[in-house]
Amino acid sequence: MSFLLMGTVYGTLLNFRGELAALGGKAHEPPYKAPPRAPVLYIKPANTWSEDGARIPVPARVHEVEVGATIGFVMKGPGDPAGYVLMNDLSIPHESLFRPPVKFKCLDGFLGVGSKMMRDEDCADPGWFVLEVRINGEPRQTVRFNDLVRAPRQLLTDVSEFMTLGAGDVLMLGCDVGRPRAKVGDTIEIRAEGLGTLTNTLVAEAA
Amino acid sequence: MKYARVIHEGVTQNAAERDGLLMLDNAKLVSFDDVTWLPPLNPTRQPRTILALGLNYADHAKELAFKAPEEPLVFLKSPSALTGHRQTTRRPADVDFMHYECELTVVIGRQAKHVKRGDAYDYIAGYTVANDYAIRDYLENWYRPNLRVKNRDGATPLGPWFVERGDVPDPMALALSTTVNGKLTQSGNTKDMIFDVPFLIEYFSSFMTLRPGDLILTGTPDGVVDCRPGDVVVTEIEGLGALMNTIAAA
Repeated sequence: MSFLLMGTVYGTLLNFRGELAALGGKAHEPPYKAPPRAPVLYIKPANTWSEDGARIPVPARVHEVEVGATIGFVMKGPGDPAGYVLMNDLSIPHESLFRPPVKFKCLDGFLGVGSKMMRDEDCADPGWFVLEVRINGEPRQTVRFNDLVRAPRQLLTDVSEFMTLGAGDVLMLGCDVGRPRAKVGDTIEIRAEGLGTLTNTLVAEAA
Repeated sequence: MKYARVIHEGVTQNAAERDGLLMLDNAKLVSFDDVTWLPPLNPTRQPRTILALGLNYADHAKELAFKAPEEPLVFLKSPSALTGHRQTTRRPADVDFMHYECELTVVIGRQAKHVKRGDAYDYIAGYTVANDYAIRDYLENWYRPNLRVKNRDGATPLGPWFVERGDVPDPMALALSTTVNGKLTQSGNTKDMIFDVPFLIEYFSSFMTLRPGDLILTGTPDGVVDCRPGDVVVTEIEGLGALMNTIAAA
């Protein structure tokens, strides 16, 4: 497994402005009642981690998987970033954002992790990252990081108000709207300049 | 047998309870006051997965004005939230309602995937006590309960003891209680869980692999009250021990 996977991996919901815009008035209605004030986080536990190139098992009951192309902000010490890595934060599609998404996001293998890190000191502006998502070679999504609700350092500051990110912890920056869906047999590639390519193939879970 | 994990004279090690004393790795006996208590867990190769249940006692769900859930309400925590017996947990200055939650905690002993309810106990190494503090002021309705409420540094005391499965004949019939400054504020029994321990192991292992050292915090009964800086909170479970924590001002 990749060198960086030694801590806790956190994901961030609603860090792309388009996500909240897509919810529209629903963000003000029950059960949400108001847009979020603090970062909305979730955890991708160790059973979800998949290396670049790994085949990711999909249970028979799951017909489609949502692709979550994102970047992980990796720490080398408390509050001290090491760099950036491609990640594929897979989910079973789910409508409600009211309860923690454990049964949708924590399946075995449901987090692809890139093998190449761009060092923080080599990245003048993380807003510069553009991710290209291809499924079976077909372009399906382009993700730009230049208009986040919280840019990486701001996100780290706001999260650090209540918990410390230590060596090997990862804070994923979020997944934009327009997440493509994939199914068993599909190969998902996420590519970005400076970060290489992360490739994973979905396979049927062994019975 | 009850086991602890402690720091004694700068050395982190395991210890076992012997007639009101701690027996260290080198067989030396020391008093409970001579060590720093850590969560009673051995290190794992990967960060341990910590699952925690919300609203898993019907009376507590009613207390919080929720109807009982139809499937487990579960959230994840990171190891950075854990702290040991006799440590402090910070209360931010600007909050009105911070409460303890006394919880039976299951320690997984074997890799578990697609485990059937009838086999579930075979996958348990043992049990401990958690106090899963919540700060209700920070609740928001997105992936609720959000990490700002439930995954704060050092806001989940665990311990004092790891008790082996064989020493707990029926984990589904244990009295739980909490005292604040010596006054009883919470009293319940694990028999009143909505989703019991075998159900939870079957449910989680149906979609994720649990590994040795992973934890399941099984929820709390009713009787939660606000705790202020200086309050001494003791969460106790029959046969497992009494976990002490002091609230500190942030």
